Formats: sequence, structure tokens, C-alpha cells
Amino acid sequence: MKEYAYFPGCSLEKIAISYHLSALETTNQLGVKLTELEDWNCCGATAYFHVDELLAYTLSARNLAMAEKIGPEVVAPCSACYKNMYFTNKHLQDDPDLADHINDALHEDDLSYSGKMIVKHLLEVFANDIGPDAIKSKVVSPLSGVKVAAYYGCQILRPRKDHEDVEQPQFFEALMAATGASPVDYPLKMTCCGGSLLLSSRPAAYGMIHNLLHEAERVEADVIATACPLCQVNLECYQQQINQEYGTHFSIPVVYFTQLIGLALGIPAKKLGFGKEFLSPMKAIEEIKNMHNQQEAIAQ
Amino acid sequence: MTEKIGVYVCHCGTNIAGTVDVEDVSKWAAEELKSRGVVVARDYKFMCSSLGQELIEKDIHEQGLTRVVVASCSPHLHEPTFRNACARAGLNPYLFEMANIREQDSWVTTDKVEATKKAKALIAAAVNRVAYQQPLNSLFVPIDPNVLVVGGGITGIQAALEIANSGQKVYLVEREPSIGGHMAQFDKTFPTLDCSACILTPKMFDVGNHKNITLLTWSEVEKVEGYIGNFTVTIRKKARYIDTSVCTGCGVCWEKCPKKVVDDVFEAGLGKRKAVYTPFPQAVPKFPVIDRENCTFFLKGTCKACQKFCPTGAINFDDQDEIITIKVGNIILATGFDLFDPRRIPQYGYGRLPNVFTSLEFERLSNAAGPTGGKIVLRDGVTVPKSVAIAHCVGSRDKNYNSYCSAICCMQSLKFAHLVHEKTGAEVYNCYIDIRTPAKGYDEFYQRLLDEGTHFIRGKVAEVTSTPRTPEEEGKLVVQVEDTLIGKQRRLPVDMVILSCGLEPRRDHHKIAHLFGLSCSADGWLIERHPKLDPVATMTDGVFIAGVCQGPKDIPASVAQGAAAAARVLSIIGQGEIQIEAATAIVDETSCVGCTQCISSCPYQAIEFLSDKGKAHVNEALCKGCGTCVGSCLSKSISLKHFTDEQLVAEMVGAMQVMKSFQTMEVA
Repeated sequence: MKEYAYFPGCSLEKIAISYHLSALETTNQLGVKLTELEDWNCCGATAYFHVDELLAYTLSARNLAMAEKIGPEVVAPCSACYKNMYFTNKHLQDDPDLADHINDALHEDDLSYSGKMIVKHLLEVFANDIGPDAIKSKVVSPLSGVKVAAYYGCQILRPRKDHEDVEQPQFFEALMAATGASPVDYPLKMTCCGGSLLLSSRPAAYGMIHNLLHEAERVEADVIATACPLCQVNLECYQQQINQEYGTHFSIPVVYFTQLIGLALGIPAKKLGFGKEFLSPMKAIEEIKNMHNQQEAIAQ
Repeated sequence: MTEKIGVYVCHCGTNIAGTVDVEDVSKWAAEELKSRGVVVARDYKFMCSSLGQELIEKDIHEQGLTRVVVASCSPHLHEPTFRNACARAGLNPYLFEMANIREQDSWVTTDKVEATKKAKALIAAAVNRVAYQQPLNSLFVPIDPNVLVVGGGITGIQAALEIANSGQKVYLVEREPSIGGHMAQFDKTFPTLDCSACILTPKMFDVGNHKNITLLTWSEVEKVEGYIGNFTVTIRKKARYIDTSVCTGCGVCWEKCPKKVVDDVFEAGLGKRKAVYTPFPQAVPKFPVIDRENCTFFLKGTCKACQKFCPTGAINFDDQDEIITIKVGNIILATGFDLFDPRRIPQYGYGRLPNVFTSLEFERLSNAAGPTGGKIVLRDGVTVPKSVAIAHCVGSRDKNYNSYCSAICCMQSLKFAHLVHEKTGAEVYNCYIDIRTPAKGYDEFYQRLLDEGTHFIRGKVAEVTSTPRTPEEEGKLVVQVEDTLIGKQRRLPVDMVILSCGLEPRRDHHKIAHLFGLSCSADGWLIERHPKLDPVATMTDGVFIAGVCQGPKDIPASVAQGAAAAARVLSIIGQGEIQIEAATAIVDETSCVGCTQCISSCPYQAIEFLSDKGKAHVNEALCKGCGTCVGSCLSKSISLKHFTDEQLVAEMVGAMQVMKSFQTMEVA
């Protein structure tokens, strides 16, 4: 069983607990072990790197040092955590002076970091390491007929990391297709969800969320699959406000990709954290699947 | 020391004298290098002038100089000048040496004292070296008057006609079934808007009927051996499955052929052709080819419709590739370009959004002989666009793809804008970075477009999307672009987007370069001998380049280069024989062990193995004197004439002694 150091990040403790639960359940089913870091701390989030870079790197490096005790690869399910860890790691690798400096600080905590970790997003682990074929072979309850908008969000691919195709990636869609669902062409799949603009400039954020929901509706998506807690919150929790603001009638479920994979693997919905969302996709998914199966039966 | 050496220090106006104290240098040479054989040292404003050269000649006559050193610019520029001056005065030109105190000193050193010291060191090095130089004699080889032209686009056509009209024989090789190249695909040509086919096809016809031109279409060069004046070229004539001795080009075969194939080459994927086809009606030669990959008979073993209906019995399914060998004295490469593939810029949506077109697709769309009969319509084949955006610089001037300017796209885009406007009345938006219209009549064309009401938006297109944000954008392609003149983001809802794609080297440019012994720039274009003064010759004598294979250029420039290359070739043919550089490698047969290491290291295939003696042998006519074999020889049996160990060591010692003496002086 392949083992990864697992850095859940703060969101997965509470608001995105369903992401946490479904990530552990599905990886377990697929023969991958996520071992949570001992005593992990904040990733630095959006703000800290703009307040004090050195302290922010140190904070993030502490998590890397902890992860190194578990294994050579660390995985983050949250896109912001992933981005911060990825670039901290890269800066430490590229700048030996910075690495020395930060290791001095880590020594205070009896820690040290070699700079050799590989930082991955959970979506990459599913798409590349496990792979759609392995998932497909374990699907017991295919999500046939369900139209999924695979929404990457911005931070997985931007700023540029080492992905080959950052303009029109297809790996998320391939993953969704493996569950039996039908990924739709969702042109805004990498457009920002508004991020933390909701706190500083609500109208601007509403505009961005509206665009994403409008496009999802236009391409007739039944559900939006996300790989980031902030994307999930922005897209799901504000639909009512957006509807009031724009006179629209959006009601599109937004779930974590691990939840959809979990359903296809036959894991009970409750174990995947379903039931905690504002807009449940469960009824819709069941209806679509039944309808699809009936059509299949008639066709046969 | 028995040699009498003359040293001449050039001012090069202020190019050298502005940084190097030339008078001090010449005085220093006269005194300090006297012990090394220097009998005269002078400085002069321009050594390359006729007066400067006469100075050298006079000293050789009057002072009996046996060696000459000129300290001036790069040997690349004036070595032949001074060698000739020596030869005129009766001194073997290889007893001359050049010290480069311009490119390697005055131009790259700001400190005058340091620059003067360096000039002295370089001159001392040259003086030390020249004493060991040996007189060498150049070889003369006869020139075979036949010429090979590779590539049957407008450039190759022009070059072939110029040479053939002068009475020399030309072999024109083209890999496609017909000559014509990209120009045959275009609709109109800028800035005069004359029809491309109308001005091209008469030239194609002339090539096809010229008694001095042997046309080899559907053929590719496989091997090139030999050297200037004496090339042996192996060519594969691909099986055409048509007996050209009886085919009349009547067209019954392609009328009867039941198999339709998407034409990715000539019609840029917009139209279809048959499995037996000529790419276009005016094809030269008129003979079709059978596309083996798609022919029903080759795939399934039955059909033969073409054979049944052919009135002259010209279809031959047993045809085989034929390998032929020809002898030529000179080669002109006019291999052209490939269009940049805009799929590499996914945010522009080509291949994903149906109504995004490439420039070549648009040419076919607008061409009266094209798949829509010249109607500009959307991908559905019927809808006429009401608004069209043209994105400039697609894949050009972009460090993510090609950093160079493709030179033709501005004018091409203006032409497109005019054609769309004229044929459909649609609103046209040109999104450009800069408009570059430098040639004759080009800027006037731009002014004309401005008057016609085409919209010009200064900004590189960021994205083409089908995602609407407003009701007006529903069902449209939206071009997101920053208008840098007003400093605002704009979203242009349009029906059609044309990507003005850049020009790229042929996908197999490395193979072409290797085949003919040429080098490519980092971008992949073939490198000319000199970017300004020798743009069509290459570092391989007897091989010339013309047209876009040398770098992006438009039709007039390509034609000019084709003719220029022809003129260069004719001047060589006119000489009858050619002088070969004497600084070549030579094998000492007494110590050569015949390991053949040198043969594999030689980039010019100049070394052969004498199997009777078991020794390597350098063909002096082919050798470029690069010295690679000298370094690779394990038994130290190869030396390079004019670059012997003795000469190089003397040169280094000369420089180092002087530098050391300067250091000692400083310490003291």
C-alpha cells in the first residue's frame, strides 16, 4: 500500500469535513494510505506570505519537515495549502541560504528539512498516481448519465508549476469519466472562484461566482465537482445571494471530486460526508442514474 | 631569426584608435618585437583601403618582407583582402597573419590602457605564430554545370527558371505531387491584391515545359555526397502508380475514384480530394498520384475503378519507388516553411471552437477554387459571418512559442480584413501588437484599410471563449483583449476568429540541415554565410539557401532570393573551376592506425578510408579545416595545415610572454 504524508489543512477540520472523510475513504478503497502529519500547523494561507515572507516560509517548512518523517511525498487536498507548500519547497530547493536560515529556526523545534520532498495535490494523486483506469476497474455503482463540470479552480495550475498543459488540462475530466459520469466541456474550469474577495469586495466576488454558475447551467451540468474547499464554499453557499442579486434561479450542487468517486466505488453516502451540504446532489444523482438505466434497458 | 616581418596596425577610423593607442602599439612593436624578426611596424587609418594595401605591397618589394601581420578586424571580414595584397606582391598568402584587435579588443574593452596592452599581446602572438607559417597552395576543382534545386515553391521555381534560361540544366525536386508550394494555396497577394494563382501558374507552366529543367515531383532527396562542383545526389522518386509516359492528365481516374479523403495538405483540412488526385486543377506536372494509404484497392484488394476507366491504361498498381542518382555542381535549397500549429495555444480554441480558423484555412475559404468556391462562411458551410476578429502574432513574437516576428502576418491580416469586408460586409477587428508594414506599397495598404473602416485594436488576444457574460455574447465567440491604447479590457463578440499564424521551420528542418551539411539557428531556420553581405550562401560551399527556409519573408523577398541564389550559382559555373581553401587536414600515413575515429568525427564527410592501405585519407576539396578530426585522432596522425601544434603553441607563448612582462612591470 503506497503511503503519502497527508496535510489536511484547517478547512478540512470543519467546513470541508466531507472532503476529509471522502478523501480518506476513497484512498483507502483504492489501496493508498494517507498518514496525517503529527501536530501540523497553518499553511500560511493567502495573507501571511504578504506580511512576512520569511516567517511564512518557516511556517510552511515546518509542515514539510514533519511530512518528511512519514515519507518522500506529501499531499494536500486544499489548493491554497498545495500552492503554498509547493512554492515553499521550490524556494528552499533553489535557495540554499534560505534553506539554512529556515533550518536554524526549525532546529529550535528539533526539526530539520532536507528539501527533498515532492508536494502533490490530492487531485494529482488520483489522476496520475492512482489513475483513471485503476478507479474504473473498482467502480461498482457507475454514475451513468450524470453530467459533471470538472472545476479545477485556479491554484492547482497557476501560478505555473510543473504541469504540462496549464491552459486546457483534461486530467480532471478523465477522472470523472472513470466514475461512469459524463464530464461536460466547461470552458471556465480554471477561472477563479473569487477566492477571499468575498471578505474584501463582495460585489466583485459575486460577479465571478455568477459567471461560473451561469456557465455551468449553460453547459447543462448536473453537478460541479471541485478539488478545493474555498471553491466549494464560494460556489455552493452563496447561490441564494447570487440569485437575489442577479434575479437568477441557480440550484447547482457543488461537491468534492472524492465524494463522487466514493459514490461510484459504492461507499455509503454518509461515510463520504454527504448530508452536510446546502444543496444535496444525492436525489438528483439517483434520479439521473435511474433514468439512464431505464433508457439503457429500453434500448436493449 | 631569418624572417623579416612587417606589422601593420589599423586605426579603423575611431573603431580601434578610439580605444587602443595605435601609435604606441606600432612603436612598441618596432622596438620590442625586433628580436622576433619585426623589421617594420606602421599604423594607418584604414589598412583595408587601397592605400593601406599598397603600403604592405611596397614594403614587401622594398624591404624584402617574408612575413606580414595586420592588426585590425576579424579575419572573417578582411583576411582575403590582405592575403590578396600579399599575393600581388609575390608573397604566399599563407605567410600572412591577422591579429583581431577590434572585435576581440577595442569593441569589448572600455579601459584604454588595458585595451592597448591587449592589442600588444595579440600582435606579439601573431608575430610569434607567423614565423612558423608555411607557404600553402590552393587546389582548383572543376565545376559540374548542372544544378539541383530542392523545393518547388515560388522561390525554387524562380531559381530554377533563372538558371535554366541561362542554358544550364536544372533538376527541380519537390516532395508533393505538384510544384507551386504555399503560394498555390493563397487567394490574393498583398498589397496589390492580384490573384496568387494567376501570377504563379504561368511560371509553373514554364518550369513544366522547360527543356533545361528536369522536374522530379513526388520525390525526396535521400543522400548528398561530394563537394562544390562535384555533388552526387541520391533521390527517391516515390511510386506514383501512374505511368507518366502515357497519362494525359484527363482526370477520368479521379472522377471515377469512389474514395473521398480529407485534404490536409492543399485544402488545409477544409476540403476533400479523391484517393487518386492532383492537388489542384493547374497542377504541374498534370499527372495524378495514387494515395496508397487511402486507396480502396491497396486497403481491401478490390476496386481498381481508375484502372478500368483510364483511357490510356496509365494506372500501374505495381509501381515501385525508384532511386536515382544525379551529378550536380551546385545546390539551392528552397524548402520553405510550415505553418505554426495554433493547437499549441489552447486558449485560442483552435480545434475546439469550430469557428476559429487558421490563416491557411482562411486562404482556402476565400479562394474561388477552394472548397466553398470563395464564399467566406462559418464551419457549417452556409452562415456568412457578420463580425470577424483577426488575431495577429499567433505563435510569433511570443517567448512561449517563437520569439521572432514572422514578417508576413501583419500584411496577411490586413489582406484578410479587406477580403472579409469586401465579400461579406462584416465588421472586422484586427487585434495587433504592432502594425509592421515596411515594404513598398505596404503602408499605403494599411491606410486604405483604415479608410475602409476596419477596426484596429492594439492588444494581443488573451483568449477566445464561447462563454457568454452578456446577452449580446450568447452564441458568439468572445475575444478577450486588452486595448492598450485606451488601457481597458475589451470583450469582442464575433462570429468568426482568424488566427494569423506565424511561419515555422519545416518540421524536419534538422534532417534537411544534416543532409546538406548546414546548420540551423536556435529557431530552426537555415543559417546563411553572412546575414547582410552573403544572405543566400552557406558555410558549405556550393550549397545555397533561398526563400523562407532561411527566415520568414514574403513573396517578393522570396523571389528576389531565389533569383539571387541562381545568380550566385551561375557565377560559379561561369568560373569553370573553383579554388579550395588550402588550410586542410592531412593524415600522416606512417603513424595512422586506421581506427576510422576521424571518419565518424568529420562533420563534412571529408575523410575516406583507403581499404588497400588501411589508412584514413582527407579529401582536400571537401575538408573545411575545422580541425575536429585532429582532436579525435588517437595516434596524433592528423594535423591541420596552417593550424599546426607548433604554430598554435608559438601563438600562445607570444601572448603570454607579453602579458607576463606587463605584470612584472606593474609589480615593480
